[in-house]
Amino acid sequence: MSLAEPLVRNPSPLWSLGLLRSELGTVFRRWRTLVLLGVLATVPVLVGIAVKAQTHGDQGGHGPAFIAEVTNNGLFLVFTALAVTLPFFLPMAIGVIAGDAIAGEASAGTLRYLLVAPAGRTRLLLAKYASVMVFCLVATLVVAASALLVGAVLFPLGDVTLISGVTVPFSDGLLRAAAIAGVVAVSLIGIAALGLFISTLTDSGIAAMATTVGVLITVQIMDGVPQLHAVQPLLFSHYWLSFADLLRAPVMWDGLAKDLGLQALYTAVFGSAAWARFTTRDITA
Amino acid sequence: MAPIQPPQAERDFGGYAGFEGDGGDAFPRSRKVVRYGVPVAIAGVAAATIGLGTALASTGGSPSLPNITAEQLLDKIATSKVQTVSGSVQVTTDLGLPDGLLNGAVGGATGGGGPFGQHGGKGGGGSTADPQAKLTELISGTHTLRVAADGPDRQRVSIVDNTAEYTVVHNGDQMWAYDSASNSVYHQTADKGAQRGHRTHRDEQLPATPQEAVRQALKNVGPTTSVTVDGTARVAGQQAYKLLVKPKQADSTIDSIRVAVDAANGVPLRFTLTPKGGGAAAVDIGYTKVNFGKPAASTFDFSVPRGAKVTEGKDNGEDRGAQDHGGLSGLNVIGKDWNSIAELKSEGGQLPSGKGGQSESVQGLLGSFGHRVKGSFGTGTVINTRLVNVLITDKGAVFAGAVNQNALVKAANSAAN
Repeated sequence: MSLAEPLVRNPSPLWSLGLLRSELGTVFRRWRTLVLLGVLATVPVLVGIAVKAQTHGDQGGHGPAFIAEVTNNGLFLVFTALAVTLPFFLPMAIGVIAGDAIAGEASAGTLRYLLVAPAGRTRLLLAKYASVMVFCLVATLVVAASALLVGAVLFPLGDVTLISGVTVPFSDGLLRAAAIAGVVAVSLIGIAALGLFISTLTDSGIAAMATTVGVLITVQIMDGVPQLHAVQPLLFSHYWLSFADLLRAPVMWDGLAKDLGLQALYTAVFGSAAWARFTTRDITA
Repeated sequence: MAPIQPPQAERDFGGYAGFEGDGGDAFPRSRKVVRYGVPVAIAGVAAATIGLGTALASTGGSPSLPNITAEQLLDKIATSKVQTVSGSVQVTTDLGLPDGLLNGAVGGATGGGGPFGQHGGKGGGGSTADPQAKLTELISGTHTLRVAADGPDRQRVSIVDNTAEYTVVHNGDQMWAYDSASNSVYHQTADKGAQRGHRTHRDEQLPATPQEAVRQALKNVGPTTSVTVDGTARVAGQQAYKLLVKPKQADSTIDSIRVAVDAANGVPLRFTLTPKGGGAAAVDIGYTKVNFGKPAASTFDFSVPRGAKVTEGKDNGEDRGAQDHGGLSGLNVIGKDWNSIAELKSEGGQLPSGKGGQSESVQGLLGSFGHRVKGSFGTGTVINTRLVNVLITDKGAVFAGAVNQNALVKAANSAAN
């Protein structure tokens, strides 16, 4: 055993990459994942068509964020689509993938086989979390890319009017759109860590997904109740819409910093809780 | 499949760590506790850091500054030469207005009354970018503003919303307002005379910066006011003296006004108004970030965004004034200083309202928010807020002021005689 130990303890970094690659394969080869991404990609199409069909109607500042500017600049469909999907669609998809990560393997009876490989539980958990984070990014990019495509087809593109009333070149706007997609993706890693933790608690994939999505809905409701304003700054979704601050001139960093800090906190707390649970539990399935 | 039972040293590396087989706990409880301690510790450290941060921010330390008298401090404010400023302002107002009133139906009734009365009626052709309508939003809740100013002729104020922003740029005789939520622009050009009119008009609006608030509040300083220096504070990173202003007149609903004044240049940094009823401040306007450097000239440029709907505003203040007090004849101020009561008489004994059709809804609202009072003037309805009380007599006269109900009834009685 003493001979085997170093081998087990220090698998080459490439080996870890291999583990991540196989995890990514598990996630992205699933029909379920592809359907989720497909649904996310349709949201901008629906919003785009709805705005196009109602171009001559009243636009008195109602409706989703940024929607008044979509007809002038298709790039704003990216911001609108992200603002529309961020409260529920995107995190729900993350909840499904994260909740399924460990519990799904357990309920399918494949977790024990995964652990037979000399990867180690910590490493497996990290690979799982990394694959969920990659999904956060891919899901966000799918929404953004679909919105950009639809926006370019249905509406003119050009110089971008920031919400502060300042006009910047299209390239600057595109750069801000990319930064916003990045911020939105990072905004989701908090709920990803939470979902992963819930996933380590149970052997039922469905239960973990349902619980994660339930927590998301509860948190979103709490964030909307004015009487709970004291705890709201600690809810992972509280600063999600601060991505809009990237569209101001000059950019306001306070909300963004709070959002990213909160995500880091959730990742640290629930990531380590998932680790504590997963490395000490009995794997019976 | 045979259970895989890793040796102690390798327990991290997984496998089948069942209870069965070795007749005991494969994973010692103490280790479990240690591992679960990690997330708990992280959460604890985070909570402590956040708690400590807020505690530090609220006390902020009181810088030690040379003693100064109230007169010297008032003089410092009056002679402050700072013309350029940029920064963020947080405005919190809790006037205790009934929610329904905020929708503007009774705006006309409270318009012009009291030092912080709003102007009612949504004039200006109904554009959502009209500053009149937009600034009224500041009358309740917490708002973040970004301000920049370079002398009296060039200012920029933005109301920062969640995913939108409302910007007013004033540059010389041009005034532009842009509302990103509706992508609409409001434009107003003023000639010299009208510009002055516009300025006066602005004086009566809800103040958006500490400077404006202080200028309005200190209009009342006189023998009926006690002004003292109340220690020091740190506001937006600046060292500041705290000025404490208290009305001596007992009928006032204002308990005290606190003003933090920059020790270096005499600029008011924070304005807090506490009503007699206690509780949170009714008005709290303060810089959260401030910079006295000259803002870039481009800050005050404005070009109409592509596709934005532009509404041209009426170009002089008199016109607007007439609009605001539509249907009302004669604004009469009773009492002095803090006890000032505005008396408004409406034509034809009707309740005041911006548009004739709103009259009924106004009356309905009055019934639901106010309570009935009697006096030698007859009967009327009193609407209480934390700061301003309004008495509307059944004959249609309106008495409004930052004074208690008795003072209003007294004023109505003496007006009736």
